[in-house]
Amino acid sequence: MGKLKATIEAKKFTGTRGQVRRKRIETSGALIIAALMILWLGINLIKAPTQFAQVTVLGLRNGLLYALIALGYTLVYGIIELINFAHGDLFMLGALFSSYFITIWFHQENSNPAGWVTFVAALFAAMLFCGTINVLIERLAYRKLRRAPKLAPLITAVGMSFLLQFVGIKWNGSTPRQWPTVIPHGEFVIAGVIVSHVTLILILVAAPLLGSLTFVVNKTKQGKAMRATAQDQDAARLMGIDVNKTISFTFALGGALAGAAGLLYQQSIGTTNYNLGFQLGLIAFTSAVLGGIGNLNGAVLGALLIGIVQGLNDGLPIALGQKWSQSVVFTILILILVLKPAGLLGKVTTEKV
Amino acid sequence: MVAISSQRKWATGYLIAVAALFITYQFLFPWDGLPMGIYDTLQLWLPPTSVNEALVYVICALGLNIVVGYAGLLDLGYVAFWAIGGYCAGWFMSEFFHMINIHFYGSVAKAAPGIHVNFWGVLLIGGLVCAFFGILIGAPTLRLKSDYLAIVTLGFGEIIPQIFYNGDDIGGFNLSNGTKGITILDPIPAGIKNIGPFDFGYKFIVFVFLAFVMIFISLRLRKGRLGRAWLAIREDELAASMMGVPLMQTKLAAYAVGAFAGGLGGVAFATHVDGVYAERFNFSISIFLLAMVVLGGMGNVWGVILGALLLSWINSTGLPAFGQTFNSRFGTEINFPSFTFLLFGLVLILMMLYKREGLIPESRLRLILHEGDPEEDLSPKESK
Repeated sequence: MGKLKATIEAKKFTGTRGQVRRKRIETSGALIIAALMILWLGINLIKAPTQFAQVTVLGLRNGLLYALIALGYTLVYGIIELINFAHGDLFMLGALFSSYFITIWFHQENSNPAGWVTFVAALFAAMLFCGTINVLIERLAYRKLRRAPKLAPLITAVGMSFLLQFVGIKWNGSTPRQWPTVIPHGEFVIAGVIVSHVTLILILVAAPLLGSLTFVVNKTKQGKAMRATAQDQDAARLMGIDVNKTISFTFALGGALAGAAGLLYQQSIGTTNYNLGFQLGLIAFTSAVLGGIGNLNGAVLGALLIGIVQGLNDGLPIALGQKWSQSVVFTILILILVLKPAGLLGKVTTEKV
Repeated sequence: MVAISSQRKWATGYLIAVAALFITYQFLFPWDGLPMGIYDTLQLWLPPTSVNEALVYVICALGLNIVVGYAGLLDLGYVAFWAIGGYCAGWFMSEFFHMINIHFYGSVAKAAPGIHVNFWGVLLIGGLVCAFFGILIGAPTLRLKSDYLAIVTLGFGEIIPQIFYNGDDIGGFNLSNGTKGITILDPIPAGIKNIGPFDFGYKFIVFVFLAFVMIFISLRLRKGRLGRAWLAIREDELAASMMGVPLMQTKLAAYAVGAFAGGLGGVAFATHVDGVYAERFNFSISIFLLAMVVLGGMGNVWGVILGALLLSWINSTGLPAFGQTFNSRFGTEINFPSFTFLLFGLVLILMMLYKREGLIPESRLRLILHEGDPEEDLSPKESK
């Protein structure tokens, strides 16, 4: 089935009457939601402009983290059409690995040059660690199920998520754990808005990673193989592409990004918990869906949007507040899936037989 | 005919097991003449609460089996229905809404404040409210591809418990008493006797009855027109719709029936623990239930029951009891209950990799699940 599915873009043909009606419902629904959003944002902007800018900056910072995780979901979904539920937990393992690497194995607890060097080393180590685990997961569990009905790999992914959470419980303990951080903790003020150094470091690490990912996927031979495999595995194989190797490479890329996100999260927030991956994974997945799953730029855009919306909801005077944070994100997810399943930048896909 | 007589055999076995357990817990357990050794062993390895809890899981797993096993729709947010059912029990069977005084064949004195609806009525209310929510969430989302559907249900399963968790102040209204939960539910009226929270034996009979109702519903539906439509959709959605099966209605029906069972299970669970607590309704419950369905055999009622009994017992009693015995025998201090994550994860992964059809496979499903395996012989086995 999977191989017979093709992606076609709706061009001239506007669809049957039902489809047209559905489209109209979707458009009006999207417009109403957009209008409500603008109203909400407008009231808040007038009421507390500085605070608005402040929470937007904080939201963007979280959004960058979500982007790194969301890319892992979107890469894997793009190539084998599997929602890798274990990806969030891989991120959690990345955070745990970084904590151990910096604090316990290399004894760095303060922000000094030695700490910064360890931070950079930990970045590469965590990326390597998570990339390897992700490749192993694919090799041991998902590869065998590549041609099985969809339910099977999906359930396996859920099981894998539980397995990684178990590793998390054993490694971290069942309660949240506080860690010292080695990155600089100062801050500076631009027009009344406080920007912490942590935010700058996040941007400094995440932006090159995102850039190099785009480069790898769009410009290198390996990236071309990835795109070909995503389009049609059998055709790619006939063209001499090693499909297994390409899929492994994709998992390695996604894992590496999750590892980097784990380090950045651990160093900016300072706490780790075994179920961290579940919460952030779901938010990241929502971002991927919002942007259009399978689309790399979409994942980054979606993640930044979700980060900002979450930041606004948590920090603005007229909002539901932090305790409803999860519900807000999932409501967005459900609305997107109902109104525009293809996401903001995704292509409309139709199932062909 | 073979199938029917084997089912009759199962039903007889079910009744015998039920009678044996009931006699054990109702008469043998409180009996003074029971040797201490046997009493302790039973209390450690098979306490009455664990049996009752397992039955609640059976009720819910059978409901999830209709959605996942029969119709082939992955639902990762089943706990939402459980929570809604539980809160229905909390609202309609306690003194929680103490500002009003509504009685409907309740089992407490007429003067007691709050809403007091008869337990059997609450079962129906809980089931129907859940079915309504099942349709509400299903109607816009069931057109989505299976993996998107899984995510929507997952989101639903996160939102609903959070509403109850934060529900002590929704615009100034106390909907759910937040983290404190709603405690002390009305006893279950059963003719001559009111079954209180500690009447494990009689509550066991009530749960057995509910499980029996679910088994009956599952078996009958599967044989009927709707059940065959579900199986057709599970096997090939496109082919089914070409044959005239209305996809949306059929899927919605699966959702509604599954949610109804979740509501029953929720009410039953609330009476089992004598209260509802928001933090108990978390994601892992959805996965536990999924693991039960997968382990036993998706689509096979008896397999699902076996899976539910086995995993629920391991989770509530087996692992802690084994850990206690192991640790005292070998002088170790291993925290065995923390291995549940490993266990449930491994069950899901290994079953999917090596025995996708479950412990008690359903013959039709076996063929579908192995579609695409190159070395597998797909020809149907001759039935004996």
